[in-house]
Amino acid sequence: MDGLDIPLNHILFISSLLFAIGMLGLMIRRNIIFILMSLEVMLNSAALAFVAAGAHWGQPDGQVVFMLILTVAAAEVAVGLGLVLQVQKRFKTLDMDHANRMQG
Amino acid sequence: MRKDPLIPGVYCHDLIQFNNRSGVLSMLEIVFFYIASLVALIATVMAMTRANAIHALIYLIVSLLAVAVIFFLIGAPFAAALEIVIYAGAIMVLFVFVIMMLNLGEKGDKQERQWLSPSVWVGPALLSIVLLAELLFIISDVNGPVSTSSVSPKAVGLSLFGPYVLAVEISAMLLLAGLVGSFHLGRRYLERDYGDERGKE
Repeated sequence: MDGLDIPLNHILFISSLLFAIGMLGLMIRRNIIFILMSLEVMLNSAALAFVAAGAHWGQPDGQVVFMLILTVAAAEVAVGLGLVLQVQKRFKTLDMDHANRMQG
Repeated sequence: MRKDPLIPGVYCHDLIQFNNRSGVLSMLEIVFFYIASLVALIATVMAMTRANAIHALIYLIVSLLAVAVIFFLIGAPFAAALEIVIYAGAIMVLFVFVIMMLNLGEKGDKQERQWLSPSVWVGPALLSIVLLAELLFIISDVNGPVSTSSVSPKAVGLSLFGPYVLAVEISAMLLLAGLVGSFHLGRRYLERDYGDERGKE
C-alpha cells in the first residue's frame, strides 16, 4: 500500500546524501568530537531511511528499528564521550592522530 | 462511516478525503519535504565544516530538527517527537556538557562572550525559522499537508512488545552496557582529577 505522496526514492536519496556527508566528515575531521558527531549524522540518516520505508508500506516496523537505532546512538555517545574525557586527560589533545598508540 | 466495498479496510470517508487532498495539499506536502530536506543538508554540511565544536553542534541540532519535520511530514509523528526529545534533547546536551567540561579554563570567559555574537547564531536561527514556519503552516489546519496514512504510536508499541520483544531486551542490555562503560570511564577521569589535586597540595 503506497501511503506516501512523497516519492520514496527521493527520501532515500536525501538519506544517502546525509550518510555521505557524515562519512565525509568522519574521514576528513581529526577532532574526536567531530568524529562522534559524524557518527550521529550517519546513524540519523539510516534512521530516516528506515522510517521512510516503514511509512511507505504503512508498517510500524520502520519506527521500531528507528527506536533501536536511537538506543544504539545513545549508548555509543555515552561511551564515546567517556573516551573523549580519557583521551583529553591522557594526551592533552582531542586530535586523534596524536592518540594512535594504545598504551595501557 | 461505511466500509468501502471495493477496498477492504479503507473507509469511504478516507477515500473522499484522499481524493480531495490529492491536488494542492499533496503538492504542498512534497514542496515542504524538499524545503525541510534542503535545510537538513545545508545544516549538516555547515556542521561538518565548522572549526568550533559548539557552532557545529548548533547546526547539527538544526539538522536533527529538519529530519524531525520530515518524519512529521511522512506520517510518523511519534518518531518525530522521539527525534527531538532524545536526539536533539538528550544526546546533544551530552555533547554540550562534555565540550563545556573540556573548555573550562582561562579562555572560557572570552569564548563565552564570542559565542554570544550574532554571527554565531544567525545561520542556525534562520534555518530553524524556516522549519518553524513550515511546522506552523502544517499544524494550522487539521487537514494540513501531512501524509494521510500515518503509523500510530499504538501500532508501534504493539509491534515493539509483540514480535520485537527480544530486540527490546537486547537493547536494554546494550543500554546497561553503555551505562556501565561510561560510568567506568567517567569515574576514572574524576578519580585521577582528584588525585592530581591532592598531589599538588
